[in-house]
Amino acid sequence: MEASNLDVAYLALAAILFAIGGVGLLVRRNPLVMIMCVELMLNAVNVTFVAFGKMLNDISGQVIVFFVLVVAAAEVVVGLGLVVAMSRRRPGANADDLRLLRG
Amino acid sequence: MVELIWLVPALPLVGFTILWFFGKRIGEPLAGWLGTAVVALSFLTTLVVFAGLWNEPDHTFQVDYFTWIPAGDFQVEIGFLLDPLSMAMIMFVTGIGSLIHLYSIGYMHGDSRFPRFFTYLNLFVFSMLMLVLGDNMVLTFLGWEGVGACSYLLISFWFEKEANASAGKKAFVTNRVGDWGFMVAMFAAFFTFGSLNWSTITSQAPGLAETTATLIAVMLLIGAVGKSAQLPLFIWLPDAMAGPTPVSALIHAATMVTAGVYLLVRANPILAASAEWVPWAIAIIGAATLFIAATIAVAQTDIKKVLAYSTVSQLGYMFLAVGSGGYTAAIFHMITHAFFKACLFLGSGSVIHGMHDDQDMRHMGALRKVMPFTAFGFIIGWLAISGVPPFSGFWSKDEILSYALHKSPVLYVIGLAGALITAFYMSRQVFMVFFGKARWGASADAELANLDAHDTSAAGSAGDANDLGEATVAADADAGPVAVATEHHGHDVQPHESPWTMTLPILVLAFFALVAGVLNLPFTENLEFLNKWLEPVVGENQAHLGLSTAKLLAEMAISTVVALTGIALAYAIYMKKKFDARKVELPFFYNGWYIDHGVTVFMGGPGRRLFELIALFDRVVIDGAVNGVGRLSRGGAARLRTVQNGYVRWYALMVGLGTILIIAFILTQVSFS
Amino acid sequence: MSVEVVVFAVCAVVVLLGGLGVVLSRNPVHSALSLVATLFGVAVLFLNMDAQLLAAVQVIVYTGAIVVLILFVMMLLGVDRDDDLDTEPLVGQRIFAVLIGVGMVGAVLAVLIIGGRDAVTGAQSVTGELAGGYDNVYELGRQLFTTYVFPLEVTAGLLTIAVVGAVVLSRRPKDVQPIPEPESMTDQGDEPLTLTHEEAGH
Repeated sequence: MEASNLDVAYLALAAILFAIGGVGLLVRRNPLVMIMCVELMLNAVNVTFVAFGKMLNDISGQVIVFFVLVVAAAEVVVGLGLVVAMSRRRPGANADDLRLLRG
Repeated sequence: MVELIWLVPALPLVGFTILWFFGKRIGEPLAGWLGTAVVALSFLTTLVVFAGLWNEPDHTFQVDYFTWIPAGDFQVEIGFLLDPLSMAMIMFVTGIGSLIHLYSIGYMHGDSRFPRFFTYLNLFVFSMLMLVLGDNMVLTFLGWEGVGACSYLLISFWFEKEANASAGKKAFVTNRVGDWGFMVAMFAAFFTFGSLNWSTITSQAPGLAETTATLIAVMLLIGAVGKSAQLPLFIWLPDAMAGPTPVSALIHAATMVTAGVYLLVRANPILAASAEWVPWAIAIIGAATLFIAATIAVAQTDIKKVLAYSTVSQLGYMFLAVGSGGYTAAIFHMITHAFFKACLFLGSGSVIHGMHDDQDMRHMGALRKVMPFTAFGFIIGWLAISGVPPFSGFWSKDEILSYALHKSPVLYVIGLAGALITAFYMSRQVFMVFFGKARWGASADAELANLDAHDTSAAGSAGDANDLGEATVAADADAGPVAVATEHHGHDVQPHESPWTMTLPILVLAFFALVAGVLNLPFTENLEFLNKWLEPVVGENQAHLGLSTAKLLAEMAISTVVALTGIALAYAIYMKKKFDARKVELPFFYNGWYIDHGVTVFMGGPGRRLFELIALFDRVVIDGAVNGVGRLSRGGAARLRTVQNGYVRWYALMVGLGTILIIAFILTQVSFS
Repeated sequence: MSVEVVVFAVCAVVVLLGGLGVVLSRNPVHSALSLVATLFGVAVLFLNMDAQLLAAVQVIVYTGAIVVLILFVMMLLGVDRDDDLDTEPLVGQRIFAVLIGVGMVGAVLAVLIIGGRDAVTGAQSVTGELAGGYDNVYELGRQLFTTYVFPLEVTAGLLTIAVVGAVVLSRRPKDVQPIPEPESMTDQGDEPLTLTHEEAGH
């Protein structure tokens, strides 16, 4: 199927955004910022799905995005709950402190 | 009846097992009687088997019991090869063994470890029988090692004294050098023949390439030299006199030391197939040994040391015989030697026992009056070893000399010289111990002082390198004669005859030392029983002498004259005091031609450096390699461990890395249409 | 230059800058705001691709709820202070991360470039046409309640669970009672259960 250059550009954009989110996830220590980076990655995926839907002329691309959105929301909720619970015990905790659990 | 052969080694093994577990409980003297009984029963079984063997073809009977080592091409069975050679040997091993067991009951009376002694003796007899009866080289080696181990155990029986323990170690280590030779021979034999069975080896040996046969023969020779105390590995035998006298009699006179000769005779087809110089080497080693050992014996003062060097010398005769192609002569001499040497050793043990553990001949004298039975047996043994007809030693030694003459006149002359010296030192021993004036007791001071003046020159300054016997006080003293004389003042021993358990074996052995000559009288073919008996084993390779009666009688006359000359010389020096004994008993001889001393120096000096080098190699290279592997693992693991550092972000990084790699891999597999 | 291309170009810039802002900002609040920018840009991109409902949902749910929630938590816990971005305890983490990012982009770009026009393969309109006859909302709803009704219900359950979980997680624990000393296992009354010298030796 012939895809226009624009569609391909969407995919490229999504890839770059995904990469940015991934690097951010690996580099940042603050749990909240890490959650935000995850959101970036999910958004990139969303863009990809919608682009595919457009290219293939199929609605299910958007349906999937719908679900991704829902799950992302649920995930953020739980993740923030965890951050809250964690920070109560140990204010200023960050990802590196997990190292203390190492045997 | 031949099938009963398994009983022959089994009985001593049973004796060993029972004594090992229950010896202490059985205690003295029952343990001794048990040990003696099993060996005596074993001897009776050999007689029965002998009767049965007479009917077998070629007088050979081979039986396999079970496969001990089934390893593909390498099969080792537990089986016995009962041929004329092994039959002859087991008869005198068990016979003399049982006599010596009986003797030990009296000799070891009162020893704190009495049962243990008989345990070891039984184990020894078992090992020796396995050595002789084994139908393959591995079983022979089993027995070989077994007798070596028992020798070690028995020499250092009184291990509380450091010197005895050292002697045991020395014997074992020196034997080990020989064992190395045996093992290499085994490897070579397996490689060549594909089997270690004696029958296979001896039947296939004639087709062997000369170099292979030479290699095997030389390696077996090394083994024999170690076990039979030939030059240069004889240094352990004199030290082995530290063990109890029955041990010396059984192991170091009659049985273990003959194992080397047995091995060479067993392997005679290989010797025949090897290079010309191999039998020459054997003969030369034998000749050199017999001469050197005889000269050393001349100067010894310990009654057992004289006999030890005498054994070395007589073994030299056997090697000379083997080298000259006279295998039956070697076996003949082995048998007669077993009788008269065991008789002599047991006699000396009886003397030591009577002299309350004093072994120095200079303290003895005129003992025939106090110990008549011992003296009688000893004298017969003396006449036998000196080669006086019609005692057995004359016949066997003369036969060896005939073969030596056949090989080379030089060897013959050396053999004759050895016979002269043998007669001399044995007569010296007899005169010093049993005749002359009694040097024990307070009345003998003057005599002692005279002899001590002797000693301080004869003993020399080289010290006591060879003298490890017990209670030899005199040789330590380097002081002047007067001081030494006063030291001897205290020897107020009253020698006494030994109990019947000790004198009976001596007399029995003396009887055989007298008559054993009939085994192989050389006058006509019909009288050469032993030659005919051993023909299936050595027939083809035995040198043929073809002596005319005149030549035979001439040789016999020469031997007799030589023997009598030796006795006369000793008589002149020691009884009539015509010449000064000091001219004969040179310090050079006393110190064993400094051979032992040389070995010690070498081992302490350059030898030690070599061993330290080898130990260094072992430590650095081999241990280093092994430890290096460990160090490598640890180091590698330490580095790899850093991957697991506990940081979640790092793990996420690794996940990402893995993902990239997988994607890259997939991209290489994907094709775009 | 059609409108779509121009819109795409502008929004792409916004999105990427916002993404970089999220990752590179020291202050977490700045990161949150950059995230808002990104999300808005993505919403416009959705519009550009004829996904109108999604654009709306994106703004409402993502920007309006999720980012707000994140900001709430930030303020609640007081993590609005600047992060320490200078030190990095893990050696090579940053370099490797960048490499991995470049690798990922490179992989996708490789596919796109090599594939070119044919990069995307697959059957057309399997589920339902994008805008075949009905408008986007209608079509989306129709699919959700017919073909995808089961996942819909499951996600509903998921949301419920998430809410319950969040409540449970953020409950302040009751007064924590100290773990009582276990009953003495020896006869001697009140000895605590520590290894005595003898027991340690066994």
